[in-house]
Amino acid sequence: MQSPILPILALLPLAAAILLLFLPAAKRNLIRGIALGTSIVTLVFSFIAFFAYDTAAAGYQFQVSAEWLPALGIGFHMGADGIGVAMILMAGLVVFSGVMVSWRVEDRPREFFAFLLFLASSVFGVFASLDLFQLFIFFEMAVFPKYLMIVMWGYPKTKEYGGMKLTLYLFLGSMVALIGVLAMYFGSGLHTFDMVALEKAGFGLEFQRLWFPFVFIGFGVLGGIFPFHSWAPDGHVAAPTAVSMLLAGVEMKVGVFAALRAGLMLMPDGMRAWAPLILVLATINVVYGAFIAMIQKDFKYVIGFSSVSHMGLVFIGFATLTPEGLTGAGLQMFSHGIMTALFFAVVGMVYDRAHTRNLNELGGLFKYMPIAMLGFVVGGLVSMGMPGFSGFIAEIPIYMGAWKTVPLVAIISALSIVITAAYILLVVRRVFFGETPEPIKAGLSDITIMDKIVVVMLSLVMIIIGVFPSVIVPVIESGVKHILVLVGGA
Amino acid sequence: MPAFTSDMLTSLIPETGLLVLATLLLVLVLVKNEKFYIHLDWITAAGFTLIAVLAFIFGRPAEEPRLLWGEMIRVDRAGYLLSLMVLVGGALTAVFAGTDVTVGKKPEFYLLLTLASIGLVLMGTSANLIMLYLAIETAAIPLYVLAGIKYRDAWSVESGIKYLLFGGFSSAIMLYGFSLLYGFAGTTKIYGMVDALRASGTPLAAIILAAIMVLAGFTFKISAIPFHFWAPDVYQGAPTPVAGFLSTVSKAAGFIALARILINALGVESGNVWMIILAVISAASMFIGNLLAIPQKNLKRMIAYSSIAQAGYILIGVASGSEFGFSAAIYYLVAYLVTNLAVFAIINWIEYETGSTEISTFAGLNRREPGLALLLMIALLSLGGIPPLAGFFAKVLVFGAAIQSGMVWLAILGIINSVIALYYYLRVMKVMYVDEPAGSIKVDKLPVVWTVALAVCIIGIVLLGVVYSPWYNFITLAAMGL
Amino acid sequence: MNFLTDHLLTWILFIPTVGAALLLFVPGGKVKFIRIASLVISVLPLLLTLYLWSLYQSPDQAGTFRFEENYPWFTAINSSYHLGIDGVSLAMLLLTTILTPLAILTSFNIKERVKAFMILFLVLETGMLGVFMALDLLLFFVFWEIGLVPMYFLINQWGGEKRNYASLKFILFTMGGSLGLLLAIQMIGVISGTFDLVTITQSWPALNEGVMFGIPVATVKAVAFWAFIIAFAIKVPVWPFHTWLPDAHTEAPTGGSMILAGVLLKLGAYGFIRLVLPLFPQESARFAGWLAALATAAIVFGALAAAAQKDFKRLVAYSSINHMGFVVLGIAAAAWAAASTNPAIRESAVIALNGSVLQMFNHGLSAAGMFFLVGVIYDRAHTRKLEDFGGLYAILPIYGSILIFTSMASLGLPGLNGFVSEFMIVRGVWPIFTLWIALGMIGLLFTGVYVLKALTLTLHGPLNEKWSGKLSEINLRELWVIVPLMVLMLSIGLWPSWILNLINSTVMTWF
Repeated sequence: MQSPILPILALLPLAAAILLLFLPAAKRNLIRGIALGTSIVTLVFSFIAFFAYDTAAAGYQFQVSAEWLPALGIGFHMGADGIGVAMILMAGLVVFSGVMVSWRVEDRPREFFAFLLFLASSVFGVFASLDLFQLFIFFEMAVFPKYLMIVMWGYPKTKEYGGMKLTLYLFLGSMVALIGVLAMYFGSGLHTFDMVALEKAGFGLEFQRLWFPFVFIGFGVLGGIFPFHSWAPDGHVAAPTAVSMLLAGVEMKVGVFAALRAGLMLMPDGMRAWAPLILVLATINVVYGAFIAMIQKDFKYVIGFSSVSHMGLVFIGFATLTPEGLTGAGLQMFSHGIMTALFFAVVGMVYDRAHTRNLNELGGLFKYMPIAMLGFVVGGLVSMGMPGFSGFIAEIPIYMGAWKTVPLVAIISALSIVITAAYILLVVRRVFFGETPEPIKAGLSDITIMDKIVVVMLSLVMIIIGVFPSVIVPVIESGVKHILVLVGGA
Repeated sequence: MPAFTSDMLTSLIPETGLLVLATLLLVLVLVKNEKFYIHLDWITAAGFTLIAVLAFIFGRPAEEPRLLWGEMIRVDRAGYLLSLMVLVGGALTAVFAGTDVTVGKKPEFYLLLTLASIGLVLMGTSANLIMLYLAIETAAIPLYVLAGIKYRDAWSVESGIKYLLFGGFSSAIMLYGFSLLYGFAGTTKIYGMVDALRASGTPLAAIILAAIMVLAGFTFKISAIPFHFWAPDVYQGAPTPVAGFLSTVSKAAGFIALARILINALGVESGNVWMIILAVISAASMFIGNLLAIPQKNLKRMIAYSSIAQAGYILIGVASGSEFGFSAAIYYLVAYLVTNLAVFAIINWIEYETGSTEISTFAGLNRREPGLALLLMIALLSLGGIPPLAGFFAKVLVFGAAIQSGMVWLAILGIINSVIALYYYLRVMKVMYVDEPAGSIKVDKLPVVWTVALAVCIIGIVLLGVVYSPWYNFITLAAMGL
Repeated sequence: MNFLTDHLLTWILFIPTVGAALLLFVPGGKVKFIRIASLVISVLPLLLTLYLWSLYQSPDQAGTFRFEENYPWFTAINSSYHLGIDGVSLAMLLLTTILTPLAILTSFNIKERVKAFMILFLVLETGMLGVFMALDLLLFFVFWEIGLVPMYFLINQWGGEKRNYASLKFILFTMGGSLGLLLAIQMIGVISGTFDLVTITQSWPALNEGVMFGIPVATVKAVAFWAFIIAFAIKVPVWPFHTWLPDAHTEAPTGGSMILAGVLLKLGAYGFIRLVLPLFPQESARFAGWLAALATAAIVFGALAAAAQKDFKRLVAYSSINHMGFVVLGIAAAAWAAASTNPAIRESAVIALNGSVLQMFNHGLSAAGMFFLVGVIYDRAHTRKLEDFGGLYAILPIYGSILIFTSMASLGLPGLNGFVSEFMIVRGVWPIFTLWIALGMIGLLFTGVYVLKALTLTLHGPLNEKWSGKLSEINLRELWVIVPLMVLMLSIGLWPSWILNLINSTVMTWF
């Protein structure tokens, strides 16, 4: 049965982006309207995908396949498992939010929204891909919109450095992954890029040991794995708000998702062999990221480094190879995506009005933008793993997975909870409370109604998941079950 | 002498057609009626296109490759494909040249372009060392003149002379290599030379020496290490359309001929050795091309260095020595043809508007001419190997070929270079999209034919990057038939 | 009413949060409405708790835990929404639901951002109630942590001068302490395969042999035990983990201080009783001596420090350390005795533990009362320096009398509530930790010193002239706060069995 949901999600934004580029630049409102309309449609479809996903049946659903290049076993094959639909929902939410908060972009909105939708198409495409080659195409498609959006609309002081660093890091990572992907293609002897088929390839242990790091670390660079994380804070800070949201919120998940799909799921023995190293690296991510976040003076850098810290937990979850760890990793991918998008949205709202992100020059914004503050606090609570919010729901299973494998990892990385609490609370206090410094007073105003919708929507999602984990957990679990079968029962 | 067959005729459709076109142009040169001169670009392009259509329909080779014309010419898909590439590339070049200030209205330019194309088409079909050498020289001599055709411009003259000297030098070495091969094998026939060499009992070292000499000539043609020095100066100095033609069509012809010799004349015996030699050349070309491209301030010069690097990528496919590798290289050549022609076309247009090809003149292109900026971006991204564009799939194929042949190290060097290359392509994109232009620049309306030609290139880039099956399958057959 | 009674705990637990959520939609300007509404919302759980209590008396509910509710919550890790209460938790629920409306009533004097204040307060109530109801380890932790956030903001936004420092110290100390708790809970969860407290209480203590994570089980359990102890000890707080308390209590707004001292400290002690004793009986017995020593230190140092304070509120804050020391000492005695077979010792332990729980209740009443009274005078005088006062009895006779009454309850004057519980603890602990309780008596002596010092400096002596005519008498709203507390203090002092029976019914079953 061919279901149109996933192709629509992946290709509609692309079509809209191309359409936008053909419109006259002067028709700004039409351009914005099309972008918003597209993002609403994708949001609706991502909800449909999420709620129509049959957790009892599990497996890959909404499958669509067509021939592409049969001579090389390249096919057009889309489908999503539980983790996939969760990621799609998250991407739908973030893309919609990104368009909403970018409503007031005045410099070349046509290009801005076109590139943004291009990026959206790329992320949906990756989450929906069941063909490795196709996944790779969608993965790489994001290179140019990312770069251009950062250098065109980014933070003037660092945009060129940050944009270039981000792009080259990610490109290098993906090219390394490409080598691994090609090796799997030739090594399997199946002459197919279809992941469902490759799952049964049964690569030898030596093969997996050799090639696993290429794929996992290569894609993992986009997930910000230590020591290849340094693009993340620089890039996120340099990017314009919507792009930071998509980059940190969705793109980092694209990286770990690809690492999961192509690395962990196709070469589970490789994962097992390399798990100790990945655990070490990820633990460094978690603790080091949190420490560095704490000493930042720039509001946005704090969030940038916090992403590094939180993504480490995802890698820990993967490396445990336990049901809990993997479920937690999936939850953390979702939770962190929403959380960090919210963070960057609020940072953007603050910066747009105060024209500074220096923590020492901000203060008392609570009086001007209470909803933004509330959103930031909710995000902060998620970030510090406060119970009742999605972050807790995600972190607990990850730690439990770690307890089952290497308890020391759980103990060390738990330190980050307190560090995170410290810096989040300090940032909240310095930015939103206290006295408002004179220089920034002039520009301050409340956030727009569209901003408020975004902040409230994202906050609610995190609270709902925090209180009723059963909304999402069964969906993720159904995906994890399949992974566990591949891993070998564990 | 076998009897005359109809496919002997059809096999020469491109050459014959081009000869007719050349005669026509020669007449126009002699007429000296300036009225015609403004239409030369599309007349030539139409001629090339017509020949291409004829060749496409009637020149389609049979399933089994055949040696015709006294075993001088081999009719196979590779040659057929190259002839189409030359014709299409020639047509596009002619159109793009129309906007060039210096050569656009010169009938000599179009005449030389046509003559060079004859040689290039023959390079793809030659099955005999002598025939091949003749073809190479037929192509080379008009190209020397083309490179220096702006005889009032010191850069262009220098470029012409440099091209001539390097060309002559490398050609001589290659000819020496050919003669050695003839001496060892006792035949000039490319097909069957492997067996002849084996039968002659020539030591491997001697064959390798000859092979290296032959390679030297080809590295000039494809602008790879070590005979790449001419490329930056020539690309920068020569008229932009000529540079585009040199970097794409001429390079493609060189690669096809090289592949033919490697497979059929040098063959299996020295297989591993020439794989390693080619791999080293490939790696060196990539690194030197990409690293030297970074500091360039002139876009043509940068693309010249990038072209050296691209030769390196294509050589990865050749070096892997498998059918898959050769398919990859040919796919790369096709992708590179449309991509680089588009790049040079846009450079040429900017040169027409501003009189300069410095990268800084591209500042603010996005605000000035957003469509053109977008198209140049697409072309640059294709060069950089970003999906869903032609260059991406081509790169995947060559890296895949390397991995399949166990040369993972070469693939890794390839990806490192892809990253380096992306760096400078992105910098150009940044200039177009972010930087502010120094002063106000007049914006001209794009000619219709020119726009159509550019659209062909861009559609080609996208089609080659999105739809694979038709081209890939044909290219695979072509590679198998080499 | 079936729906109500079947889910009585859930109703009590979430009425404050639902109310808070509704308040979100009330315009912030309608201060009066918000105040009244939040008071009403907070009274509802009190009424339901009283109803719960009445149901609890009837014998038809059997089992260790009553009014159980058990629904799957976080199935991926087998954590469930499992609530249930016994006598001890009911007493604590009662304390919480009584103090919250009173604290809200006290906070009617808050002028800024009333809406936010009330919402945070109501959410805080849910957090506290949840801890006393949770029968799932993870759920316990959820509520344990969730109360921190509103408290942090209450201190940080409506607190005194050093509120930034105090609030951050408060939350980092507590979160830092909870870290070990969280890890230990996870470990227990991983090993037991469930977080259900009832199940774990049976399986976990029985786990004594073998190796976990390459370490002998006994060591692992000892480490986990200390992780629990530290988390709870910070909350109580037990010396030397107490340093956050004086700052937080002093800087918090009056209503916040009342809840902090009245209920939040009890969470730690409750943790000892609900989790540490049942889950780690062997370790508890083994380390009870250490705990008793720390508790004694808390009693003595708390009292000494209180006696040295110049700030009235700080004095009251230190007194909490002193009083809570007794609670922990009683618990330590019970922990030690649980391993004993001597019936006399076990009987003493029952008395000690009963005393501890009652002391928790009593301290809740008296500390809340004391903080309230400090708040009343601070509102008028805008100073809390003891030396600034003097002779206030002459101008504020009603206030003065109330202050004396409450102080005496805190001091442990026979006839008032404090005496009953402290006596029971002393009696219960005596045969077990004679030395420690003897030392504790010195602390008790100093309790008298600092209470009398405070009274002398504020009420007696020559009237500080600058106050004459400036200070108004305690008003009606404030009387509504303190009178119920005084009634309760007196009722427990005179007839403790109404609450003691409830506590004892549960404590008896443990020995």
